[in-house]
Amino acid sequence: MSLRRWSVTLLAALVALVTIAPLIWMVSVSFMARGEAAQFPPPLWPASPTLENYHLLFGTFGVGHFLFNSILVSTLATGLALLFTIPAGYAFAKLRFKGRDAIFRMLVAALVVPGQIGMLPLFLELKAMGLVNSYAGALVPWLAGIFGIFLVRQYCLSIPDEMLEAARIDGASEGQILRCIVLPILTPIIVTLALYVFLSSWNDFMWPLIVLADQGLYTLPVALAASSRQNVQDYEIMMAGAVVTTLPVLILFLALQRYYLDGLLAGSVKG
Amino acid sequence: MQLTRRQLTGALAALPLLPTLGACGARDSDVLTVWAMGNEAASLPALLQGIDWPASAPPVSVQPLPWAAAHEKLLTGFAGGSLPSVGQIGNSWIAELAAIGAIAPVPAYARRLLDDQFGAVIDTNRIGGKSWGIPWYVDTRLQYYRKDLFERAGYVEPPPDWTGWKAALHKVKKVAGDGNFALLYPLNEYEQLTTLALSAGARMLRDDGGRGAFSDAEFKAALAFYKSLFDEGLAPRVSMAQISNVWTEFARGYFSLFLSGPWTIGDMRSRLAPALEGNWGTAANPGPGGTGSAAPGGSSLVVFAGSPHGEAAWDLVARLMAPGAQLALHEATGDLPARRSVWAEAGLANDPAVAPFRIQLERATALPKVPEWERIVTEMQIVAERMVRGQFSVDEAAKEMDARADRLLEKRRWMLDKGRAL
Amino acid sequence: MNAQPRTGKSASAVGRANKTRAGWAMSSPALAAILLFFVLPAIASLFLSFTDFDIYALADIENLRLVGLANYQRLLENPLFWKAMTNTLLLVAFGTPFIVTLSLFAAMLVNSRWLKWRPVWRVALFAPYVTTLVATAVVWRYLLHTRYGLLNYLLSFFGVPPIDWLGSPTASLPAILLFVGWKTFGYNMIIFLAALQTVPRELDEAARIDGANWLTRLRHVTLPAIGPTLLLVSVLTVAAMFQLFAEPYVMTQGGPAQSTVTILYFMYEEGFKWWNLGSGAAVAFLLFLCIMAVTLVQLRFAKRSGAI
Repeated sequence: MSLRRWSVTLLAALVALVTIAPLIWMVSVSFMARGEAAQFPPPLWPASPTLENYHLLFGTFGVGHFLFNSILVSTLATGLALLFTIPAGYAFAKLRFKGRDAIFRMLVAALVVPGQIGMLPLFLELKAMGLVNSYAGALVPWLAGIFGIFLVRQYCLSIPDEMLEAARIDGASEGQILRCIVLPILTPIIVTLALYVFLSSWNDFMWPLIVLADQGLYTLPVALAASSRQNVQDYEIMMAGAVVTTLPVLILFLALQRYYLDGLLAGSVKG
Repeated sequence: MQLTRRQLTGALAALPLLPTLGACGARDSDVLTVWAMGNEAASLPALLQGIDWPASAPPVSVQPLPWAAAHEKLLTGFAGGSLPSVGQIGNSWIAELAAIGAIAPVPAYARRLLDDQFGAVIDTNRIGGKSWGIPWYVDTRLQYYRKDLFERAGYVEPPPDWTGWKAALHKVKKVAGDGNFALLYPLNEYEQLTTLALSAGARMLRDDGGRGAFSDAEFKAALAFYKSLFDEGLAPRVSMAQISNVWTEFARGYFSLFLSGPWTIGDMRSRLAPALEGNWGTAANPGPGGTGSAAPGGSSLVVFAGSPHGEAAWDLVARLMAPGAQLALHEATGDLPARRSVWAEAGLANDPAVAPFRIQLERATALPKVPEWERIVTEMQIVAERMVRGQFSVDEAAKEMDARADRLLEKRRWMLDKGRAL
Repeated sequence: MNAQPRTGKSASAVGRANKTRAGWAMSSPALAAILLFFVLPAIASLFLSFTDFDIYALADIENLRLVGLANYQRLLENPLFWKAMTNTLLLVAFGTPFIVTLSLFAAMLVNSRWLKWRPVWRVALFAPYVTTLVATAVVWRYLLHTRYGLLNYLLSFFGVPPIDWLGSPTASLPAILLFVGWKTFGYNMIIFLAALQTVPRELDEAARIDGANWLTRLRHVTLPAIGPTLLLVSVLTVAAMFQLFAEPYVMTQGGPAQSTVTILYFMYEEGFKWWNLGSGAAVAFLLFLCIMAVTLVQLRFAKRSGAI
């Protein structure tokens, strides 16, 4: 029995190692001296670790600015998405209003429609609104988060009606009920949703690529993709750029992984 | 209810505020922004320090664009109204940007910057009777060849006329030995065929750029010559992706001649095996009856329409065009200067690898100047590849190219009818 | 106002009216945003695909014409469109089973009752999914490098000569698939894991005592129990495979020889490189139809085999 236990665990460890090896290697190469990585056989560890690539990245390449853009866009996207979806999700679960179920069915059906369908007209729409090449243009898709509404609604369904009725009898307005009773119960799903939107908007690439023309507005992925098309030979710098781009979200995920994974299940399986 | 309502009105009120967030990205009126690409963008900051920019003028800020995404970014910038003041533009994009009104024509006071330049390059930037950009550096494509193999075949350099040229290639192929070819004309690149076509004097489009002219006798002659190079086994039927490393293959004699631009000189010197040093050369393209032609390339400096710094922008362009700045650009990037006088100053005429570019640039011909051109040649090459692979005869291929070009130009013909095309 | 009797007819009517008002107030901002930035563009896409909206129209809307189905007709005649379509379908056909199998095995491994420190492995296997696609694509481009890449180095121990992963038209698509599999299997694994946890251990145990081997138990116990999840995961994966864009954009730029042009990459080039928005919208719409069609076929198939 114990042998079995160890062999299964060993296998899992091996699979896990293979899985995260590219990430470890990314970090390792980012500390190598210029040109060190372009060798055969590929070195696994830097001969003498250096921060040179990061200095260059934040100095010459001005990556701090892109980091700022990414943080700004993702934070605003998260805030706006929460502001828009939480009340809507709650309303769809607990407030019976005319047309609610029909609208909700349409929303669920719309979940299958990929957002890229409307990308070209959306660009023209934003051009008409003067939002092309602005942070606002990059934020817009996050306001229309059907998945968020869906997630919040699923969670709200588990709130007992009696609890809300009791509050109504005590004279609480619908707004107070949402704020004082529902929001505290929703805390875990709010964390999940916030994390989900933050990570997704941070990692988003196609839309910011289209809507942001000015390099001063680039988010990290867009900037990284642009420079990866130019500095193809400089692996060490590119790896450092990849670390700066992905490490923040990776750390955020590791810190809050329970919320993320549980929420993911709430959204996909129960639905 | 109040709190929620306040939250909601807050959220709704934030919507109109979004444009103010957008203002962060709008054209910054205090700074004169320059968009540039690749190596030129990298060397611009140093160049700017040497041009003596007056302190009273708006400060200049350089924004690099990656070459691979530059075209998209220019058009997004146009759509979003966020184009900068000055830009480095590939010469082949001028027609498109002029057609949509994204760039401003060269004003009278800046026209002197066009003196002392190569005629064909100036012509490329001339659309609807106006010049739209100042050529900044120039390039064109001509032949790179293996001197040693040509010498062993009995030639000092490739003959300038098609008949002699092809005869020489047959001998070179024999010298190179079994399994090797004489030249590399990758089937996914259109520059080889357009160079042959220009050398044969083909116009490629007719009716003011409204229809394809690929069935003209001149183009068909070029097309037939192109096809014969493959049919006679002088060129392998491969695309660039199948050549893993051009330098290795050139060094081992898989092919002895190929077409490329001045940027390859640096690569030749740094990447070719030392044993081949001095064993390669460049030469002007062959034509049906003597030295042929080529398409002028390179980048121009343009001022975008609606720039708030019009005069300062042209002033900056003028300073970047000054002989000293042209020389500095050449030294920093290896780009060939647009001004002919700078060629002598840089000693380029004495460099045997560079001198043929001068000859070729003097004998270059502008390609058709319609916004659809890039798509048309892409289609042209797809048809040419099929012809080489045996799907079409020369006549059928020419007809098919015309059909595809006419389809792509349908909108342009409509625009011409309405008097809206440049 | 405060103390409303619980039973009065008018009181409950007031409550209902209140709820309706609040319901609309709370959902309308989100619904407005969805309408404005999702529904409207999606519908407009269909209309746009019947026009010749191009760079000329962008400069001056007077240059816009209605062209009926001409965009679709031209697409169907365009070899590059078919190349993109074939590439995408290849990714769907090979990628979906590859990724689903990979995720299922990962989930079964993590679900194994002999496994120690389960949460650690769960997070490690999930980690690639939350990383930034562009960043890891850059990493993988290096990993797959012909001369300096780790993958070819590892393969060299097995006597495999260096493969030009991203430079050869035949290896490029599998290379991208390998990367996509690595990046996404963790997500599906989590979904599978939840389903597996609902499979009663006793059932599996009983089959084991009856002498059924691992494969038989997988086929007769596990798979039937997680049928709906299998369907869900494959529907999600198919949709994801249809939407690959950043991978070819960063790793190969659609090359070599257009071997990695996906349908979405084609749409991007048609729309934002050539600025044929009309034609690009037609591509978007065809993409939508494809996803719908494949999903419906999957559902039909699942219904017939009794999975749902």
